[in-house]
Amino acid sequence: MSHDATLADLQAAFPDQVVEHPQGLDFTVVVLPDRLRELFLHLRDKAKLNYLSNLTVVDRPERFEVVYHLYSTIEPGPVFVVKVYLPDKESAHVPSAVPVWQSAYYQEREAFDMFGVVFDGHPGLTRLLLWEGFPGHPLRKDFVNRTYSFDEMGQTLPPEDQR
Amino acid sequence: MEDSQTVAALQDEHIDTESISINFGPHHPSTHGVFRMVVRLDGETVVDVEPKIGYLHRGIEKLAEERTYLQIIPLVDRLDYVCPMTNEQAFCLAVEKLGAIEVPERAEYIRVIMAELTRIMSHVLAVGFLWNELGATFTPMIYAYRQREYLQDLFELASGARMFHNYMRPGGVVADLPDGWVARARKQLAEFERFLDQFETLMTENEIFLARTIDVGVLPPDLAINCGISGPVLRATGVAYDLRRADPYSIYERFKFEIPTRSHGDTYDRYCQYFAEMRQSLSIIHQALNRLPVGPVFNEKAKRLRLPAGEAYGHIESPKGDLGFYIVSDGKPQPYRFHIRSTCLLNLTALRQMVIGQKLQDLVIIFGSLNVTMADIDR
Amino acid sequence: MPERSLEHTLSVPETLLPDDLKRNVLLTTVDAVYNWARRRSMWPLTFGLACCALEMIAAGASRYDYGRLGMDIPRATPRQADLLILSGTITHKMAPQVLRVWEQMPEPKYALAMGACAISGGTFSSYAVVQGASQLMPIDIFVPGCPPRPEALINAFVKLHEMLLKQSVKTVEWYAKEPKA
Repeated sequence: MSHDATLADLQAAFPDQVVEHPQGLDFTVVVLPDRLRELFLHLRDKAKLNYLSNLTVVDRPERFEVVYHLYSTIEPGPVFVVKVYLPDKESAHVPSAVPVWQSAYYQEREAFDMFGVVFDGHPGLTRLLLWEGFPGHPLRKDFVNRTYSFDEMGQTLPPEDQR
Repeated sequence: MEDSQTVAALQDEHIDTESISINFGPHHPSTHGVFRMVVRLDGETVVDVEPKIGYLHRGIEKLAEERTYLQIIPLVDRLDYVCPMTNEQAFCLAVEKLGAIEVPERAEYIRVIMAELTRIMSHVLAVGFLWNELGATFTPMIYAYRQREYLQDLFELASGARMFHNYMRPGGVVADLPDGWVARARKQLAEFERFLDQFETLMTENEIFLARTIDVGVLPPDLAINCGISGPVLRATGVAYDLRRADPYSIYERFKFEIPTRSHGDTYDRYCQYFAEMRQSLSIIHQALNRLPVGPVFNEKAKRLRLPAGEAYGHIESPKGDLGFYIVSDGKPQPYRFHIRSTCLLNLTALRQMVIGQKLQDLVIIFGSLNVTMADIDR
Repeated sequence: MPERSLEHTLSVPETLLPDDLKRNVLLTTVDAVYNWARRRSMWPLTFGLACCALEMIAAGASRYDYGRLGMDIPRATPRQADLLILSGTITHKMAPQVLRVWEQMPEPKYALAMGACAISGGTFSSYAVVQGASQLMPIDIFVPGCPPRPEALINAFVKLHEMLLKQSVKTVEWYAKEPKA
């Protein structure tokens, strides 16, 4: 089904969950995080969007935006973008998409590593690219990029047997 | 006592067995980069595997936020270093989508030729490295490298560099092909086709190879789609999903080519998939070389690159799979957020399910047949 | 047979030998033999970290072939290797492993920093990258480039061999009675 039909179907099934449909280059829908898993199951099974291609987070000044890029291998077409706004940056929680699409497994871990967004229900949410003990979450805008010397950063590494 | 009696007696007694946990990497003879796995073994059978990555995490996404779009192109080259041109193509696609920049015809054809040459180079390397992992140390890899050298000569003539070409720009390519390039390319491709025939005749029907790769690391298609796997690994399971047909970009709609698939999804199928795709790429390059138009290779209006505020997601079918760039811009010369949809990271998602129950040596081959590049996983 | 063309190989004048032995006896120094043997069989460790690894393998493949310099057996285990080629970016997460591999290599050993990333962090001036392998271990030779061409790497090997020829058993640090201050 076309993306407009998908949106109409989504609005009918989850009347208060679809917040916005901003105009842009890609077809984007903003939803609330409350019933995200049911929404995703609906998108996967009814709208045949069975391929979660990309999952990432954008750090805006006033909120985190969790962005999902969905495709369909059954009815191939352009991207269907789902966004979730998280205004509370100190404790940002969003339901995990791993029970719906396993491709979220590593991408959610990476988003947690880089931004600190917690995905509830993830089977093993630990840091992926950096290590436990790394000071901060690098892709946040308040993390200023600079180089560290080996001695300085080596102190933050966990001991040998826990790496 | 006879052997069977010994075994029976041993099975009756309670013998304490425990599975051992070994660390595989990050420095190991496999040529795929710094990758670490903690493997739990019961004898030689793999019970559990946990990939641990991040040993090549260079912070490219954060670095891109301080660089202009032109400065990001060399950074993007170094993402999946086996196929640099396709990385550039994906990035330029995302930027052109956001900035509504047109690309001249000749540049589009040149881009397709370069991208398909890169695809061939990457697949021949995948095949060579797979033989490395099988134990045929270095000789098939050196044959693969020989062919890569000839193709790298072509790239060097066009762009000036063997590996990190920095050739494509948003708006076209940086320089036209030199005189004699097309004739030389045609000659190299004819030789490449002969090489493919030779290699397949020599290696593919080898009994040991067949015994070691058939039914090893089977990936069911539904699991592959759910795990976000793309590229030859997905097509070897039977799903005919190729972005050049599913979500067409550039001028791929003008070329006649098939999407080869295999049916079983084991290592042997992935190996054959690489060959089938190389042959299709050769056909595309011939068509493009025959129809190469004259004209400019760069859209002069794109010289002063100013992207409006907004966001765009551009993705291509890179040799490894679906490579995408998500660019969020706020009007400044640097991007606000630059995210790389990593092909190889998602291709790794199903590794655990493919490997449990197999032997330790099969783990190496299965990982090799996925053809991952660590710089694309860790970015 | 030691090369008779290099002056420092045959540092002992042949006039010391009686005439009837000149065809059968060769006089040379311990240093010359020691360096000759080490120079012609320096085995690199396959330590490809990132993109430079591809050019390192290309340098060993059939077009450029560092095997003709005697280095044609890259070892996968550090215990049998003489030369550590740091090809690629060293991240903070990987740095302890690099150091561990370096310490596992028995002496005499040499370290070669290949590429801009191993020399100084390269283009990656970020939070996750060690800005140069010199922070980890003493490097004997640096090869600039991103990535360096295979010819550049082979040039570096030749320079390393020349450097090696100047070393003497009396003064090298791995035979010193006391560690260097």
